[in-house]
Amino acid sequence: MGNDILVFVEQREGKILPAALQVLTAAKELAAGTGGSPVACLIGSGTDALVTTVAQHGAGKVYTVNDPGLERYTALTYTRALCAAIEAADPKVVLMATTFMSRDLAPRVAIRAKAGLATDCIQVKLDGDKLLVDTPLYCGKAVGSFSLSLDALKIVSIRPNTYIAGEPDTAAAPNVQAVPVSLDDGDRRATTTEIVRAAGGVKDVTEADIVVSGGRSLKNEDNFKIIYELAEVLDGAVGASRAAVDAGYQPHSRQVGLTGKVVTPRLYIACGIDGAIQHLAGMRGSKVIVAINTKAEAPIFSVSTFGCVADLFTMVPLLTEEFQRLKG
Amino acid sequence: MRILTVIKHVPDSNATIKVVGGGAGIETAGLKLVLNPFDEYGAEQAIQLKEKRSDVEEVVALVVGDDKAAEALRTALAMGADRGIHVSDAKIDPRDELAWAGVAAAAIRREPKPFDLILSGKQTIDNDAGEAGPAMAELLGLPHIGAVTFLEVADDGQSLKARRRIEGADEAVECALPALLTCEKGLVEPRYPSLPNLMKAKKKPVEKLTLADLEGVGQATPGVEFVSIAPPPPRPACKIVEGEPEEMAKELVRLLREEAKVV
Repeated sequence: MGNDILVFVEQREGKILPAALQVLTAAKELAAGTGGSPVACLIGSGTDALVTTVAQHGAGKVYTVNDPGLERYTALTYTRALCAAIEAADPKVVLMATTFMSRDLAPRVAIRAKAGLATDCIQVKLDGDKLLVDTPLYCGKAVGSFSLSLDALKIVSIRPNTYIAGEPDTAAAPNVQAVPVSLDDGDRRATTTEIVRAAGGVKDVTEADIVVSGGRSLKNEDNFKIIYELAEVLDGAVGASRAAVDAGYQPHSRQVGLTGKVVTPRLYIACGIDGAIQHLAGMRGSKVIVAINTKAEAPIFSVSTFGCVADLFTMVPLLTEEFQRLKG
Repeated sequence: MRILTVIKHVPDSNATIKVVGGGAGIETAGLKLVLNPFDEYGAEQAIQLKEKRSDVEEVVALVVGDDKAAEALRTALAMGADRGIHVSDAKIDPRDELAWAGVAAAAIRREPKPFDLILSGKQTIDNDAGEAGPAMAELLGLPHIGAVTFLEVADDGQSLKARRRIEGADEAVECALPALLTCEKGLVEPRYPSLPNLMKAKKKPVEKLTLADLEGVGQATPGVEFVSIAPPPPRPACKIVEGEPEEMAKELVRLLREEAKVV
């Protein structure tokens, strides 16, 4: 086993996931301690177009696994591909961003590569021959610390926005190694036939830097219009509490919380959301949290950076107006 | 067709988690435990398939945990599963999901007839890791589809079509059976077991096993050691913006721009 830190750089439809570049920052830090290099792996059907970006973000070497059968993700084909890259790179640690893909992929790879696994870490640091990681447990109501011994391969996924992506070094030239892979019929038992994007092209809560969320106090679907207007002026995404989703005001894909999506944006604005435990679990990792709620005792204020005890129907349009004015 | 639903007994999402023993663990006395909500979607989907199709021989529920996990199994049986398998052993560490998956896979392999479809939750709300489902599939040599929000099993029972949630989109997937699916919210709406069904569930057969009954359980995840548990780091105190709505809006925007520098 070498000393390199291998980052699985997730791409879909030829686009690199921004969180993957953040993980390269973590890889640089760890590699400085292990005496190895940060290296990366790209899996797909035409990833050569992406190697420069990955190299410019610090990957000393880029392992590419290309095959027509890898154009779209499936667990079996990507497990085969990532295991091949791990064999070629022989790293000490494999890092990836916590996403729907990595959550689906990492456990299979861990079993097949006989590696230890830590999922959705919010802190990763090297301590001699060990990796100390923290991961949220019990819907974010606790944090578990684990020690991973580095005498055998470890796979660690890191929650998006835990690290900041570095500025690209435009002088860096990619050092690419193509890794051959042969997919068999067993790997093709499942196929992804299509990626279906939500209509309207509205941003997803997990991908946005700013999320504006509404609760049941919005009272109906139409009233969410003011939430959409504020999100639009901030170039953010619209989220919703479970109560608002269960009442049918917004689709489940917009639900933030334990049974919805966990988000860690730069700014989270909670409008008319009281802050049930299951909602707080999904957003308390946001950098700055704003709460707008008429109830001064609402639990949402306990996790907020800034609070307005006010009616959202008055405040939200005023905020939209104010941001619009500043944009000119 | 034979369907298995794999479930876990976990602290309720609204339960208070109290760290005890200086970070050694959590207070378990009085802790409300429930059938993991995502596993509930799997159980409901399994039962709905049996209700809708004529070729489903049986729906089996498997729980891995301690003695108390029998309660989660009873819920699944009351919802409509035909029989249960309860693996209970003090040596099972609920934090080590890969090892947990190893125990479940060993119990599945012990069954005389294989399952065509295995349904479990996208994640369990104790570890929030979601490792067990894909790990079980790998250990059993099955394809899996994770975070499923829509499922259609072909009439001949040989394949399925599913949709799985990803960031900002859905993936449409086709898969041969046998397969394992992990279930996401939105797939089905779990039923509340009625009181008569809860009573009837007590009479349904449950096979009780310990690790000694299982072969090829595998070991704990190599080199991952639990150190401690702590409450989440506190967030800085909330700064309440005062004044008339117009003033509040102006002041809030100023704070976000100049102090927090996030817009």
